[in-house]
Amino acid sequence: MKIAVCVKQVPDTWAEKKLRSDDSTLDREAADGVMNELDEYAVEEALQIGEAHGAEITIVTMGPDRAGETIRKALSMGADAGIHLVDDGLHGSDALATSYALATILEGRGFDLIIFGSESTDARMSVVPAMVAERMGLAQLTFAQKVEFEGTQVTIDRVTDSGYDTVTASLPAVLSVVEKINEPRYPSFKGIMAAKKKPVETLSVADAGLDMARVGASASWSAVVDFAARPPKAAGTVVTDEGNGGVKIADFLVGQKFI
Amino acid sequence: MQPQSPFALFSIDHLLSEEERAIRDVVRSFIDAQVRPYVADWFEAGSIPARELAKGFGELGLLGMHLHGYGCAGTSAVAYGLAALELEAGDSGIRSLVSVQGSLAMYAIHAFGSEEQKEEWLPRMSAGDAIGCFGLTEADHGSNPAGMITNAKADGSDWVLNGSKMWITNGNVADVAVVWAQTDDGIRGFVVPTATPGFVANEIHKKMSLRASVTSELVFTDVRLPKSAMLPGVRGLRGPLSCLNEARFGIAFGTLGAARDCLETAISYALDREQFGRPIAGFQLTQRKFADMALELGKGMLLALHLGRLKDEGIITAEQVSLGKLNNARESLTIARECRNILGGNGITLEYPIIRHMNNLESVYTYEGTNEMHTLVIGQALTGLAAFK
Ligand SMILES: Cc1cc2nc3c(=O)[nH]c(=O)nc-3n(C[C@H](O)[C@H](O)[C@H](O)COP(=O)(O)OP(=O)(O)OC[C@H]3O[C@@H](n4cnc5c(N)ncnc54)[C@H](O)[C@@H]3O)c2cc1C
Ligand SMILES: Cc1cc2nc3c(=O)[nH]c(=O)nc-3n(C[C@H](O)[C@H](O)[C@H](O)COP(=O)(O)OP(=O)(O)OC[C@H]3O[C@@H](n4cnc5c(N)ncnc54)[C@H](O)[C@@H]3O)c2cc1C
Repeated sequence: MKIAVCVKQVPDTWAEKKLRSDDSTLDREAADGVMNELDEYAVEEALQIGEAHGAEITIVTMGPDRAGETIRKALSMGADAGIHLVDDGLHGSDALATSYALATILEGRGFDLIIFGSESTDARMSVVPAMVAERMGLAQLTFAQKVEFEGTQVTIDRVTDSGYDTVTASLPAVLSVVEKINEPRYPSFKGIMAAKKKPVETLSVADAGLDMARVGASASWSAVVDFAARPPKAAGTVVTDEGNGGVKIADFLVGQKFI
Repeated sequence: MQPQSPFALFSIDHLLSEEERAIRDVVRSFIDAQVRPYVADWFEAGSIPARELAKGFGELGLLGMHLHGYGCAGTSAVAYGLAALELEAGDSGIRSLVSVQGSLAMYAIHAFGSEEQKEEWLPRMSAGDAIGCFGLTEADHGSNPAGMITNAKADGSDWVLNGSKMWITNGNVADVAVVWAQTDDGIRGFVVPTATPGFVANEIHKKMSLRASVTSELVFTDVRLPKSAMLPGVRGLRGPLSCLNEARFGIAFGTLGAARDCLETAISYALDREQFGRPIAGFQLTQRKFADMALELGKGMLLALHLGRLKDEGIITAEQVSLGKLNNARESLTIARECRNILGGNGITLEYPIIRHMNNLESVYTYEGTNEMHTLVIGQALTGLAAFK
């Protein structure tokens, strides 16, 4: 089986995220870059599928130069090869542009399965997997907490608000995973050292055959018009119990639409 | 202004390759997830899940990581140092488990063992399926191991081992002990399976330091070993001393991990803790302490990295390792004590890592060559006169 895993480099989850004052895009230099957490689960799932059924696993990312570290991390976990789409012209791409770019480089490479995280921690659109599936005309199996294969059929438990649905499709297909699906491994030292020698293909917008007019900030359908820093934390509401504390807390929660 | 971490202030990352940073980051996240949340309890209880930890460390490739072949990862010395640092930022006892396994027991077999000994032990030890210990020190022979009385006598085609060893890390959890003993042919090393009849390990209790580490007395009563149990590759004290050099190198890095954890904890505590209407981090006396400690930490790291590069080039000397062990164990202990002070009353509890690191570093200050012994080694290097022989 040929598997592609799409991974995104995001600012360190614990770091304070900032937007750039010049073009209102995320300031990716302001914090260390790490692999989007859910994408670690996507990589792990690919590795486990490979261990059970045999697979050649390619890591795909679109992002600046240093996103190469994220590819290397996935390679050190055990993936086989990487594709890095890197080009200044991609800066500011929205979900439509990102999914167009990813679908274009994934197309025609014979992948049986394309695995995504179900959401990034920086932009949290949770739409790229579905958009890529739609653009490529592939079945989409999203929000999977469990994956099983039978021949060329793949069946998932798809998480819903009330439980899960069982969804089946035939390969090739797009899969996105939630964190319940597995426990990502740590890269081993041998894996880290071997990662250096694994092939990573670097593509520019031109190399990938992308239409320059459909990627980057100017081509994006959405743009951030304005933003402001989060106001300092206001003092909390103190409920003093005068025999009716429980009622007051319930009223507060109703007022905040929690109950 | 955003506060910077002490190592960031020195741009330490700038001196590391991407691979070295990757290895460091894996160890750090492993320790954060698997050790940090539990270690205060282990320390208080005086016991650790040694087997489970060894297995996890083995999967990462930590055990004997700088050795080549036999399942070992074969990393650079600098990467090994960085791993020791991150381990010891968790706890010196946990780092000790790894140091003794990789740099003492495995290194001895790797450097001086027969092919048969290597094949038998190294793959299992690197995977964490077998744990090793290293017996050099005796109750009456610490700084001067040449005086050891543990002995092995040839008897037909066997060796018979008698005597005892003291302060042996991993002793009660080990599957195999590398034991140094007097023979008719001088001091020799022996690979002793701990299940051999006559081998007894007694755990040392009532420790106030390295409580998250197993420390034991080993007693040998007519322990009968085959001829093949002896390490063929070395004779005399050079054997154990070259193993110690490996471990001491790791300690030059490791101690800085404990110190870094203390300093980072103290800075964040001092930013939160208010007295006289402002954070204690805002007082000049506190800032002076932070500045002095960050300087020693950063200087210690520059020294350790310099030693690491020399070791990777294969040109490091024992005296140079002494510089690193002496300075970094000493300065880390001083940093831990000062950080303990900055936390006031809270500094004496296991709710914060500082007093644990501080007490641990007392052991690290003593083992692998005391402060005095390394001072005398450096003194000898500078004057040509040996003050201790
Ligand atoms: C403040 C702010 C506001 C924004 N507003 C909008 C907006 O309104 N509309 C809009 O379209 N965009 C917006 N963006 C753009 C956004 O930057 C995303 O990069 C883009 O939409 C991709 O979606 P996502 O990261 O949310 O992906 P998700 O759909 O959340 O990601 C799911 C999965 O897709 C894969 N993936 C995502 N990106 C990549 C990549 N670059 N390379 C490889 N795999 C990838 C990963 O597997 C990931 O787990 C905004 C960004 C910011 C910072
Ligand atoms: C927790 C722990 C774990 C250990 N693990 C191991 C292990 O796994 N394997 C192992 O073999 N050993 C181990 N050791 C032993 C350790 O290496 C010794 O404790 C150390 O070498 C010091 O020996 P000693 O305790 O006998 O002290 P001594 O040698 O009695 O020293 C006492 C004091 O006298 C000073 N002194 C000695 N000689 C001189 C001199 N010539 N000039 C000036 N001052 C001098 C010393 O510096 C020290 O301050 C461990 C020790 C501890 C505490």
